[in-house]
Amino acid sequence: MPRIVVDVMPKPEILDPQGKAIAGALPRLGLTGFAGVRQGKRFELTVDGDVTPEILEQARTAAATLLSNPVIEDVTRVEVIPEA
Amino acid sequence: MSTPLIGDFSVAPENDALRAVRIGIITFPGTLDDRDAARAVTIAGGTAVGLWHAEANLQSVDAVIIPGGFSYGDYLRAGAIARFAPLMEKVVDAAAGGMPVLGICNGFQILTEAHLLPGSMIKNNHLKFSCADQLLRVENNTTAWTNAYEPAAGMVVPLKNQDGQYVADEKTLDELEGEGRVVFRYDGENPNGSRRGIAGISNAAGNVVGLMPHPEHAVEPGFGPDSSAYGEVGLGYGTDGLRIFSSVLNSLVAGGKS
Amino acid sequence: MTVSPSAAAEQKKFRIDTVEHAAATPDTELPWAELGLKEDEFHRVVEILGRRPTAAELAMYSVMWSEHCSYKSSKVHLKQFGDKVTDKMKEHLLVGIGENAGVVDIGEGWAVTFKVESHNHPSFVEPYQGAATGVGGIVRDIISMGARPVAVMDPLRFGAIDHPDTARLVHGIVSGIGGYGNSLGLPNIGGELVFDSVYQGNPLVNALAVGVMRHEDIRLANASGAGNKVVLFGARTGGDGIGGASVLASESFDADKPSKRPAVQVGDPFAEKVLIECCLELFKSSVVEGIQDLGAAGISCATSELASNGDGGMHVELTNVLLRDPTLTPGEILMSESQERMMAVVTPENVEAFEAIMDKWNVEYSWLGEVTGTGRLIIDWDGETIVDVDPRTVAHEGPVYQRPMSRPAAQDSIQANSFNAERPFGSAAVKDAILELMASPNMCDKSWVTNQYDRYVQGNTALAMPDDAGVVRVDETTGLGVAVSTDANGRYSYLNPYEGAKLALAESYRNVSTAGAKPLAVTDCLNFGSPEDPEVRWQFAESVRGLADGCRELGVPVTGGNVSLYNQTGGVAIHPTPVVGVLGVFDDVARRTPSGWRQDGQAIYLMGTTQDELDGSEYANLRGHLGGQPPKVDLQAEKLLGELLVNASRDGMIDAAHDLSEGGLAAALSEMALRFGVGARIGLGEVCERDGVDLFTLLFSESQARAVVAVARSEEVRFKDMCSARGFAHARIGVVDTEIGALDFQSNFTLPLDELKAAHEGTLPRYFG
Repeated sequence: MPRIVVDVMPKPEILDPQGKAIAGALPRLGLTGFAGVRQGKRFELTVDGDVTPEILEQARTAAATLLSNPVIEDVTRVEVIPEA
Repeated sequence: MSTPLIGDFSVAPENDALRAVRIGIITFPGTLDDRDAARAVTIAGGTAVGLWHAEANLQSVDAVIIPGGFSYGDYLRAGAIARFAPLMEKVVDAAAGGMPVLGICNGFQILTEAHLLPGSMIKNNHLKFSCADQLLRVENNTTAWTNAYEPAAGMVVPLKNQDGQYVADEKTLDELEGEGRVVFRYDGENPNGSRRGIAGISNAAGNVVGLMPHPEHAVEPGFGPDSSAYGEVGLGYGTDGLRIFSSVLNSLVAGGKS
Repeated sequence: MTVSPSAAAEQKKFRIDTVEHAAATPDTELPWAELGLKEDEFHRVVEILGRRPTAAELAMYSVMWSEHCSYKSSKVHLKQFGDKVTDKMKEHLLVGIGENAGVVDIGEGWAVTFKVESHNHPSFVEPYQGAATGVGGIVRDIISMGARPVAVMDPLRFGAIDHPDTARLVHGIVSGIGGYGNSLGLPNIGGELVFDSVYQGNPLVNALAVGVMRHEDIRLANASGAGNKVVLFGARTGGDGIGGASVLASESFDADKPSKRPAVQVGDPFAEKVLIECCLELFKSSVVEGIQDLGAAGISCATSELASNGDGGMHVELTNVLLRDPTLTPGEILMSESQERMMAVVTPENVEAFEAIMDKWNVEYSWLGEVTGTGRLIIDWDGETIVDVDPRTVAHEGPVYQRPMSRPAAQDSIQANSFNAERPFGSAAVKDAILELMASPNMCDKSWVTNQYDRYVQGNTALAMPDDAGVVRVDETTGLGVAVSTDANGRYSYLNPYEGAKLALAESYRNVSTAGAKPLAVTDCLNFGSPEDPEVRWQFAESVRGLADGCRELGVPVTGGNVSLYNQTGGVAIHPTPVVGVLGVFDDVARRTPSGWRQDGQAIYLMGTTQDELDGSEYANLRGHLGGQPPKVDLQAEKLLGELLVNASRDGMIDAAHDLSEGGLAAALSEMALRFGVGARIGLGEVCERDGVDLFTLLFSESQARAVVAVARSEEVRFKDMCSARGFAHARIGVVDTEIGALDFQSNFTLPLDELKAAHEGTLPRYFG
């Protein structure tokens, strides 16, 4: 079944405590090559049948209304992954 | 501890042999129940020794408790960052040498992330943080941390967490069951979806134990649960958790410590 | 924050505006109106400075002179809290109003600080983060007094329980409070949960925190001693909530105007927990002279208040501030409300010790400048002066308005509209009414909420929800401890704001004494509609007058609090909602009284008398009625009842006590039975006769100064003698019965506890899952 992948990231200017904590831990493991970490979310919406333009539009609406909070997050990707 | 919560929780020693037992309590950034664990050790008659995560020094303690809390905010996965603390290497080595190690709640999560105990914890099946008094069954009373309990004893202690659902693959679960390493099981309704109702487990040797509920919050009359597995008690008088701490003190004293 | 064209333009303007430049370009147009200043306020700034302000100065004045920070509409009224305090009332007060939080002496060298604040608007916009940062903010107020935070409480008010938006707010706000407070290791020991459609677009999210310290550890927010260093530590400064302080508090916002939505702050409870431990280590090592938390108005507020409260001035270099977002302009840095930051003053000899503690806790810090003797607050940007002000004019000498107010035109008709619906008559109808009441949104079991909060952490919680007050032990060796309760009844205040404020105080006072603690001090969070509405101003003035008079009569001072205005949407204001927190002290928390009975055979007494007072009651609310006058408040009777309850608790006469408030006797008896699932046989005939009321009225009236207690058989004589000697009405209304599993209202009806419990506990899970 095809899936629609939605990526949501904290807005760049919004504090990301999760990313900050991970960024602080990396150097302690000797992994010093990274200037920063931001942690986002990935959603996979499975579609029964073809992904029609209407369904994709619904996914965009879902991404903008439910899956993300536009006050603090950006939807960075809404993409169809064809059936494997 | 370096900054006592409020007041002074030291109690005059009643038993020198018990008081000579030093139990280390590790504080990570974000650890919350360290003072409570120290108080429990003190009430049980032992000596609590504060250990700082960044100092790779066990200060010649006889056992270690990794208390509850939200180390590093639990932001990545509960316990995922704390396991890399300098002190944890020492704990892993000491555990291999047989030192009793107890992980409570976040401490249990840290022990699984450090691979001292199998499995992992995911979000509760009801998806909420939940704080409630929980009835447990002691399934194995031969570990360093449970030997003061009767076989199949019950205990009521607070369960409070967001990520408390114990998960492991079937093979691991079968192994744990087969080897008697399921130390605590939830009694009655499963509060968080943990596989096979598992509340706590041990390593093969029985010196490393982890559990999600908080025995250190059921040690002092007036400040614990309103109920007990040993019959009706007064308001806050549930102290079923105290034997966890007595167990380790007893086994260390009996084992010839000091 | 997205950089819009106008913001980009502003950035440009800010970047180059030095004091020198401002003096040379007097005619430059400034966006004072956009920043929320009124025209006369802007002219006053020009007059104070003798020139136009720089962009950075404009940012500072605008945010510090906003309603939220300056209390410009409320100040004239709030003065009464100071004016009506007697020396006797100040006896236990170590630090009074005006500091970050008041401090009360509880004896044995211990002091307690506590305060309640609002985070209403941010919680409507982003419920989780708004509520979380509300907890964070009040906890930093407590830390900045030098105290270890030991407990939090959250009075919450939402719109109608069945409104489509309510679940979003309840889920977000409750998990935000839990997510932040639980991660800090602070037991949540109580609060309130109220549903009323007046709060639909304006949920009230108030947060109270309690802290404990030794007397010698008290720290104040002042910058003294020329040459001492000023340091900013904790989280980095980002674009969080820029303009939030003034925009949020000065504008009512409607959902269809997203452009008015401010940037939200995101909380990092882990950073705050580390900050708590790190600050406590600073205090313990006596490394800081003065300290101030950064909340609304961020660095603007911290620098101007520290300097203004100190004996000299302050000179800081703003480019030293560690930034999360390097594009921030000086004005934005001054206004940023990034969370989890503190500012401190450190003597040069302690700099090294300070840095060692920061390094131990892995907390970032930057030295901004130093205390001076000039009396000026000077802020440089890369060596060029962008702010040169008298800090008092920013922090303390903002505008004060005494604007006309008017009693609402409808007030008379509201008060004339008494509750006169048909009352349930006969056993079956009264029984059904009790079940309906106990299942109603405001009276139902709140454990769906409170179970999401950690009440055990720290190991000192002696009472928590659902008991009358939260109780925590302070000294582990002596058992010395405190009790705190918060209460408000917006419906009472709507009917009569003066009496309503007194009633809130009376209930909170009663709750604390019911738990067995002697009330000592008050904090308040005054939630009201727009101060631009003369009728809201009247409600506010009446409430403050009522609270100040009430405090004087009860002999407990207001030690601090918060005012939240503009709680209205579409021109409709919330009910006036003065939330009153009372703090009481116990010599030994082991003596605290729980709100439920357990011991078979104990006698149940009703203390106080009942009149026909159903106006504004929960029962009237169930019938959709709001009118008439609220119950009469008699503070002398409250005081006497309080003394009796505290004595009875201390002397071990009573094993359970519950105050009568919303829902009256029906609610009190139900809650006492459900607390431990133990029933009782109740007979109310004699009391009905004595008070001249029928059974329904006795059960549902909300007459004040009443409580129900359970008395051991062996103590009955002593208890009755005590009440009689003080002339306080008391009547034996029943006996605890561990066998019957019901509330048996003899010769009337039997209410099985199973049935009552199912009704009581089913409501919140049904709506919220």
